[in-house]
Amino acid sequence: MGMPISHIMASGMTGIRAAGDLVARMQFDKNMRIGEAKDFVAKKLGVSNADLSDEYVMRELREELDIGVITSVPGCAKGIAAKMNIEKLLGIDINCCDKFREITG
Amino acid sequence: MATEYFLRMGDGQKIFMTKEDIRADIEAGSADAADLGDIPALSENEMEHMLDIITSPGRIVGVEPGMEVPVTHDIGAIRIDGDQGNSGVGIPSSRLVGSMIHERAFGADTMELGHIDYSYKPVKPVISQECQTMESCQQNMIIPMLYGAMPNMGLYYTPDGPFENPGDLMKAFKISEAQDSISHAAEHGIRDMTWIMQKLQNVGCDGVNFDTIGAAGDGDMYASLHSIEALRKEFPGIYIEAGMAGELVLGMHGELEYDGTVLAGLWPHQQAPLVAKAGANIFGPVCNTNTSRTSAWNLGRSVTFTKAAVEASTIPCHADMGMGVGGIPMLETPPIDAVTRASKAMVEIAGVDGI
Repeated sequence: MGMPISHIMASGMTGIRAAGDLVARMQFDKNMRIGEAKDFVAKKLGVSNADLSDEYVMRELREELDIGVITSVPGCAKGIAAKMNIEKLLGIDINCCDKFREITG
Repeated sequence: MATEYFLRMGDGQKIFMTKEDIRADIEAGSADAADLGDIPALSENEMEHMLDIITSPGRIVGVEPGMEVPVTHDIGAIRIDGDQGNSGVGIPSSRLVGSMIHERAFGADTMELGHIDYSYKPVKPVISQECQTMESCQQNMIIPMLYGAMPNMGLYYTPDGPFENPGDLMKAFKISEAQDSISHAAEHGIRDMTWIMQKLQNVGCDGVNFDTIGAAGDGDMYASLHSIEALRKEFPGIYIEAGMAGELVLGMHGELEYDGTVLAGLWPHQQAPLVAKAGANIFGPVCNTNTSRTSAWNLGRSVTFTKAAVEASTIPCHADMGMGVGGIPMLETPPIDAVTRASKAMVEIAGVDGI
């Protein structure tokens, strides 16, 4: 357990505490190297690259954009709902969202 | 008396060394990688930077603000509810709960679902269970959620599988028969891994992590690359991470090729272009830890191999940095001081795109 948490604390982008999930998605979705992925996400969010790992900036922004927040806020988008908003923000398709749309028509 | 700094042996034991001795070990580790891989050793500045990281006075260290990278995960939620064999901590919980704990409590950038055996072959009989759990995870989670397992072609050989064990055949000097057995196992591996991921992609999975490619030698890598190719063709948008088992692809077969390149004997900087060619999105270079050497030697060696792979790769590289790889000591509770130092060095010196 200490090993992955140590990496996250030493070098990680801390997922939905900040913008780590968004940068990781662009690496997977478009093969973007780290610099390119950060530039892309920062531009979409209207923040600086350094802000992508800043919980102070990202906590408010994630709630405002309704793309999922780390704490459990009643009424905020969660799960697939948050990912559907991420699709729109980043201009990508997420497989489970596609399946959700297929099922719900 | 010269000042001594604490660091670790490759097995995790705490030791004390002078700055000059640590510097010499970094240089020796880097020179070993450079010699084996025919790649550049670390520069003087890079070795000084690594020395500063290793001798940093704090218990933990971190990258400079702004240099953070995404951290992808192997083994999945098994580290929550699994047993010691998977370095699990044995907390009774579902895999969905374990995955959400990673997302909400640990700050994981991505996550993956894994079967308790963590190899592809045993997933086949329980594929519906895996699909159902993946659906639940995708409905509840926000971070990218992959399915992960090991190609682990050892399971295709006797006594665990249908094909005669190539190790036994080679001991009897039946070399061509051993090669045939590896080729047959590879074909089954391709079929199984591709079939499993077809099922999971059809229920909304984000993608796949091929974890410890090459653990059973070049046949293992051959099967993985062909499965990656097939999945990319069928699912253009699938997320594919391809992580290796070691720095060198062992030539168990010796003559298997991918895209005209012999797989046996490839080093990380030679593996990266092939993984990209097959269709992966992220490559996971590996350098195994030598438990008889210091963390300085291991980190110097590992960063040298990884830096060359990062430079040769056309896709993002997430260095494999679990227990016993990437300069991390080889034990199930790697010390936090050693992990954070290796983590910082890999980002700031090797220039990895993630971990």
